[in-house]
Amino acid sequence: MPEADAPKIGREEVAHLARLARLALDDSELDLLAGQLDVILRAVAQISEVTDAADVPPTSHAVPLENVTRPDVVVPSLPRDQVLAGAPAAENGRFRVPQILTDEA
Amino acid sequence: MSYEKDLEEFEPVIGLETHVELGTASKMFCGCATEFGAEPNTQTCPVCLGLPGSLPVVNAKSIESAIRIGLALHCDIATWCRFARKNYFYPDMPKNFQTSQYDEPLCTDGYLDVDVDGSVVRVPIERVHLEEDTGKTLHVGGATGRIHGATHSLVDYNRAGIPLVEIVTKPVVGTGVKAAAVAKAYVAELRDVLRGLEVSDVRMEQGSLRCDVNTSLNRPGEPWGTRTETKNVNSLRSVERAVRSEVERQAALLRSGGRITQETRHFHEDTGTTSPGRSKEEATDYRYFPEPDLVPVAPDPAWVKELKEALPEAPSVARKRLVGRLGLSDLDAAAMVNAGVLDLVLATTQAGAPAAEARNWWLGHLAQSANAAGVEAGELAITPAQVARVVELVAAGDLTAGLAKQVVDGVLAGEGSPDDVIAARGLAVVKDEGALTAAVEAALAADPDAAEKVRGGKVAAVGALVGRVMKETRGQADAAAVRVLLLDKLGVSD
Repeated sequence: MPEADAPKIGREEVAHLARLARLALDDSELDLLAGQLDVILRAVAQISEVTDAADVPPTSHAVPLENVTRPDVVVPSLPRDQVLAGAPAAENGRFRVPQILTDEA
Repeated sequence: MSYEKDLEEFEPVIGLETHVELGTASKMFCGCATEFGAEPNTQTCPVCLGLPGSLPVVNAKSIESAIRIGLALHCDIATWCRFARKNYFYPDMPKNFQTSQYDEPLCTDGYLDVDVDGSVVRVPIERVHLEEDTGKTLHVGGATGRIHGATHSLVDYNRAGIPLVEIVTKPVVGTGVKAAAVAKAYVAELRDVLRGLEVSDVRMEQGSLRCDVNTSLNRPGEPWGTRTETKNVNSLRSVERAVRSEVERQAALLRSGGRITQETRHFHEDTGTTSPGRSKEEATDYRYFPEPDLVPVAPDPAWVKELKEALPEAPSVARKRLVGRLGLSDLDAAAMVNAGVLDLVLATTQAGAPAAEARNWWLGHLAQSANAAGVEAGELAITPAQVARVVELVAAGDLTAGLAKQVVDGVLAGEGSPDDVIAARGLAVVKDEGALTAAVEAALAADPDAAEKVRGGKVAAVGALVGRVMKETRGQADAAAVRVLLLDKLGVSD
């Protein structure tokens, strides 16, 4: 297969990324997304060909700004009842989260 | 106990990653307070809770502090750099990523000279970068708060978003048997530098200075071995013990033909040993990318130059200057550095004690007390000013050497200031001439043989009589004065 036709991303890599992002994808979804991501990556590769040739640095920010800071001044925090109001569960003023390590560890 | 032998056979390579919580009033990307010990989740807001739609803004002071740290460590300061997202799922960060720096750290390529056994070891610094601290998790349902076996966890996000500076050394090679001492001396020196910069309160016991220690061993002439990373190393003593313990464990494993697994290990304060942490097979897959919500940081070189010129004197330089001024020898200074008491000695002299007295206390009785308690001298419950007070009382003749130790022990035991201890324990020297004379008379009457020997020229025999008087006065008399008094009474001179 010529280089240009090789998929930019495989099904296994998509499955790996899905696992890292804690997304439960079934086989048909993996196939679908692998295909879609491949199209996107090909498009980006095409742009890269042009920008690389013209020595254009990658853009990380859309606005040409630098050094946006705030002074080191304390402002009031949220009241705790509001902080915890959105939590699925709370206990003793803390967020309660499910078991972190299961028996596989 | 095999550490020294192990390092005759193997060469150690160590590396240290140190996290320092900056002492800013507000957090890294929001205005929440950073006070230690506040009620859980009372110092949080939409930004540090990662609520949708919230946007971070960088705390200007944190940038300045990180640059000053980089400058004090002789680093190059970036003229342009970005923050990056480090993506991972763990409840200590509600955003599911930590804002950090990746391939564009603020400071790179520096060093820190540390004094070990009187010689200088240059520890090369790889990078200094800015990131945010994570929340604190409390594991419930398992044994003694361990994550293993816990049924659920409770999270406090007060600490999440506090500015954190990570200082990473390059691999430190060629330290041989000094590896553990170099690691400890490096962290101690770094702590002093940070304290001098006034950028952090650097309290290891509160977690504002935390260390990860990397260790590997190789046989001479062979490539570096596989390294392990020991986490949780939260006191100077533990830094040294962690290196020793890993050297011994790895050497035993290598010698028996085993292989070192690259892994994270946990340090246990109680046993001084390490155990494997949980394996994170995806640990390196953080998918860093430039943080889109924060614009690049481009420190003005003129400002950086100003910051550099305004840096305080390095602690190592200040120490040399003071040691010279006090007339302490280099050997003394090295001994004091090793025992971690040099700054305490200097502070004691600043509180008015003569250098020799301050040195004797901190290298002698106090060093022994610290050793017996398994703590650093600086962690003892006595201040340099209190030591200076004891020295003053001895000089004034209000305390004998023996009583002074009892007073110091009282202070160490939490009985209050030296004067409190003297009052409570009734430790003042007996200056009442009448009481002393009576005790001397009683001693002479009780041991006429000794008295006769002294009269006959055997001056050494006076020791027994001095002992009687001291016993009679419960140690509160000045032994030297008692001796003079006794000889005087017996008509003998030295």
